Amino acid sequence: MALNAKIPQGEMDKKWSDYKGHVKLVNPANKRKLEVIVVGTGLAGASAAASLGELGYKVKAFCFQDSPRRAHSIAAQGGINAAKNYQNDGDSVFRLFYDTVKGGDYRAREANVHRLAEVSTSIIDQCVAQGVPFAREYGGLLSNRSFGGTQVQRTFYAAGQTGQQLLLGAYSALERQVALGNVKMYSRHEMLDVVKIDGKARGIIARNLINGETERHFGHAVLLCSGGYGNVFYLSTNAMGSNVTAAWKAHKKGAFFGNPCFTQIHPTCIPVSGDHQSKLTLMSESLRNDGRIWVPKQKGDNRKPQDIPEEERDYYLERRYPAFGNLVPRDVASRAAKERCDEGYGVGTTKMAVYLDYKDAIMRYGRIEAGKTGQDNADDKTIFSLGRSVVEEKYGNLFEMYEKITGENPYLTPMRIYPAVHYTMGGLWVDYELQTTVPGLYALGEANFSDHGANRLGASALMQGLADGYFVIPYTLGNYLADEIRTSSIATEHEAFVNAQKEVNDRLNRLINIKGNQTVESFHKRLGKIMWDKCGMARSAEGLKHAIAEIQALKKEFWSDVKIPGDINEFNPELDKAGRVADFIELGELMCLDALDRNESCGGHFREESQTEDGEAKRDDDNYAYVAAWENKGENGWQLHKEDLNFEIVKPTQRSYK
Amino acid sequence: MNWKHFFTSSIGRKFTMGLSGIFLILFLIVHAGINSCIFLNDHGETFNQVARFMSHNWIMRFLEIGLFATLVLHIIQGLTLWYLNKKARPVDYAFNQPSKNSKWYSRSMGILGTLLLLFIVMHLNHFYVGTKIALYGGDKPHNLYEEMQEVFSNQWVVVLYLVGVIALFWHLYHGFQSAFHTLGINHKKYTPIINCAGLTYAVIICILFALMPIAMFLHWLN
Amino acid sequence: MQHYHMNLTLKVWRQKNTQSKGSLETYQVKNISSEMSFLEMFDVLNEQLIVEGKEPIAFDHDCREGICGMCSMYINGQAHGPWQQNTTCQLHMRAFKDGDTIVVEPWRSKAFPVVKDLVVDRSSFDRIIQAGGYISVNTGNAVDANAIPIDKKDADHAFMAAACIGCGACVATCKNGSAMLFVGAKVSQLALLPQGEPERESRVLNMVAQMDKEGFGNCTNTYACEAECPKGISVANIARLNSEYIKAGLSNEEN
Repeated sequence: MALNAKIPQGEMDKKWSDYKGHVKLVNPANKRKLEVIVVGTGLAGASAAASLGELGYKVKAFCFQDSPRRAHSIAAQGGINAAKNYQNDGDSVFRLFYDTVKGGDYRAREANVHRLAEVSTSIIDQCVAQGVPFAREYGGLLSNRSFGGTQVQRTFYAAGQTGQQLLLGAYSALERQVALGNVKMYSRHEMLDVVKIDGKARGIIARNLINGETERHFGHAVLLCSGGYGNVFYLSTNAMGSNVTAAWKAHKKGAFFGNPCFTQIHPTCIPVSGDHQSKLTLMSESLRNDGRIWVPKQKGDNRKPQDIPEEERDYYLERRYPAFGNLVPRDVASRAAKERCDEGYGVGTTKMAVYLDYKDAIMRYGRIEAGKTGQDNADDKTIFSLGRSVVEEKYGNLFEMYEKITGENPYLTPMRIYPAVHYTMGGLWVDYELQTTVPGLYALGEANFSDHGANRLGASALMQGLADGYFVIPYTLGNYLADEIRTSSIATEHEAFVNAQKEVNDRLNRLINIKGNQTVESFHKRLGKIMWDKCGMARSAEGLKHAIAEIQALKKEFWSDVKIPGDINEFNPELDKAGRVADFIELGELMCLDALDRNESCGGHFREESQTEDGEAKRDDDNYAYVAAWENKGENGWQLHKEDLNFEIVKPTQRSYK
Repeated sequence: MNWKHFFTSSIGRKFTMGLSGIFLILFLIVHAGINSCIFLNDHGETFNQVARFMSHNWIMRFLEIGLFATLVLHIIQGLTLWYLNKKARPVDYAFNQPSKNSKWYSRSMGILGTLLLLFIVMHLNHFYVGTKIALYGGDKPHNLYEEMQEVFSNQWVVVLYLVGVIALFWHLYHGFQSAFHTLGINHKKYTPIINCAGLTYAVIICILFALMPIAMFLHWLN
Repeated sequence: MQHYHMNLTLKVWRQKNTQSKGSLETYQVKNISSEMSFLEMFDVLNEQLIVEGKEPIAFDHDCREGICGMCSMYINGQAHGPWQQNTTCQLHMRAFKDGDTIVVEPWRSKAFPVVKDLVVDRSSFDRIIQAGGYISVNTGNAVDANAIPIDKKDADHAFMAAACIGCGACVATCKNGSAMLFVGAKVSQLALLPQGEPERESRVLNMVAQMDKEGFGNCTNTYACEAECPKGISVANIARLNSEYIKAGLSNEEN
């Protein structure tokens, strides 16, 4: 099967407007007869469900949480990019497009990224109209801040809670459509299979998590907006419930999985404190604007950080990358921290952490404040307290969060940080219309692979989720549904539904009847460890081959020895989790396979075999300028399909931050 | 939104509680002011004159109906809210520490109010009934001052009055500022003033009311 | 920060489903690290229960970083436990000491029926939002984001109200089971912004009507909600809700 990305012809900056101008439309009377299923209610799902409901489609939306407002988009802190150029600092759609393609280390599809940059401005307009309280200047106009990987100020934000505010905006639009009867909401429901009829996606099997019953739902089209799969690593900044199940079921029903190994490891997270750890917490990237990162020069130095004199500290980012210093992109900063810790210079009880120190910033701000208020002879204590208030105003909530979790005061002791899995650039392969390789089955937001290449820039995830939901899918879905107006609703008594439901029920029965000895959690932890050690920040052919063998063995063990308490027909979180972990195990294998295939280093994917003499990532454009789209062959593994990436505008160059 | 909807909504009910509360707060100023005439220590001459004016003037008697209506409204609405609020939590916590997040008197308005209701029954029985019997029983002269002296010669009555005044203090202390909040006022500049005024008001009113039985019982007044 | 380990006695509410009657069950957990979060301590307990062949305790949780609003335990008589401006997932075990007994119950409210153990159904909050907690603007209708300047002060207040995570701690804490802080926060956010102006009256009337219909209690201004709110939402929003409602209710001519 040849992959057709359906990229419109014409010049890059005309493609989307030409597409919109010629796309097929569905008239309002027909829209009422067309049913659309949306799985997941984060930024992509809620915005898609709301927008499609407004257009007049009959929408059913599903989420596993108790309310659509809980989706993990809510946890995004930093902001959302948009090429508004309100700051008059030279921003434009082209610049945002260019930065995103470059930031993605030239592994994204140009046409998609350009469209993303084009619609970014409308997102901000839409959100403000919904009452999203973005930060404002005293003049009453919107405020912007800068973010990693760019030279302009294009990030809109709402303190450290931008994701929350954007999601609540989309959620309110969704609830409005629920009230109007255009959207029917199914909370605490989990999608467990896609139903295909004559090769097209025609509905889903969902399980009501309260009473455990499986249900059949018909749709003329199915939209998966189910987020990323970072939890395959067990520990990540994702929510506990974030999972790959919906995407994985689609994959097994014929949707190709794109670039599964592309994972973003975020450099500034609170380190693991012990075996009990259930998740990791991100500290906003903005902390690197002022903080300095260091480790002791001496291996295994057990002194308190305050007792280590300046000349015995190694500010390794400033040393290795004098041009960018502490502000190198996420992938580079993460690998550098890992390198130091692996060499034995790590700090803290686990020795898997580096210091993020605010002392210099506090003193620097303090001196500026002292200067402003004419206290030229202020002593260090005064300067410190002046500086502390400045830092508190800028980062207070983050420092507070750090203190809550670690019990340490970050104003006095340097924070300990370590990289953690944060985002997955990979996902279901989609064409320009966001359609997967299964007709009628779409993937939006983090669930698809499309826009971020091998590395995502900060503040771009929110942008992509909302772009897909508000401004892309309402057009591209119509193009598909225009040909479906003669298809009347298919009764869910159809044998395809019955069979799919039976398969789902059989699997649930199989799971609960294993009655083994090991808990679901213990399997998840073991999977996470394999993935983190061998398919994490650094990957090697040998390690990946080992990992694949280990995961295959783990899969067998899981299906013969997992212990799940309770029954199917009741509220049973352990059973829900078991199904998700089973899917993660299969995904883990595919990720390793993909990482093994890609014998180059690019973005978040670092192959030890492909590095420069001084340990930097080395991309191989001659052999790997493609999207790896994996087709599931059931028991026979996977088949690789390649979508070649042609860069018409942004010509690939090696990234350098020295 | 018709009247019925408004006044049976949660905020509508609270609105009537707040407004009637403020009316009762104003009444207490008048009540305490008139009764304080006893402190002139003129054998109740002034006090009895004012009392006679209050019971005979048609405007005052008309206002009196309003006062009772307000009081009854305040009581019925209060009891209704208490009932509805109980219903909002059918299963209570096995272990609860409300003292960690709120003041006891703010949580006890129902109990304090019930105490006050019992007190008012006793209080009306002591003074109001006699006045009305005198008024409608051929408008006989009625020495309210002497009646006070008689009632407050009993130490147990004095104790009951003091308990009533203490309940009144906490009820007013919370109720005063709460009424303004319910009417929609929460302002960085004005709320502290309202809170301060509420406390001052409650202290003054309650000291005055407490002094009356004490002064009579201890014969500070003759 | 000194790390330590502790043994604890837990009294946890167990209830099979909405219809059945529940009770407090006692459990022992040993060797709990002061560095664990409260929910990680529950993970330990649940793993222990599963190994023993007992049913683990159902509890709601998702992001575990204090923003999704899903976690919802009443711990030792306080919503989200003893720390101020904190969610259960962010509560850490150093708040307790060796030998402590901890009582854990679900949110108690008629409008939040228990689903199982510590899990409650908060869909009443969604229905309140459906009644009017939005601005009716279809996708694509918006004017330029900077077309309407908004006083920074109003924008900041709107933001502070919008910080609500919808966890329901206000209802759980209020002795009357009132949802006025939740509703007040949303009404305030939209009343403070010019975008919210056109639906200002109908929004507050409809949201309060839905709130009443769901069976929440009535506010008596104890301000316990503000004290226990993990996001520190101010009761000033309740006052604003009152004034919005009274104004709308008294001026509205429709039946």
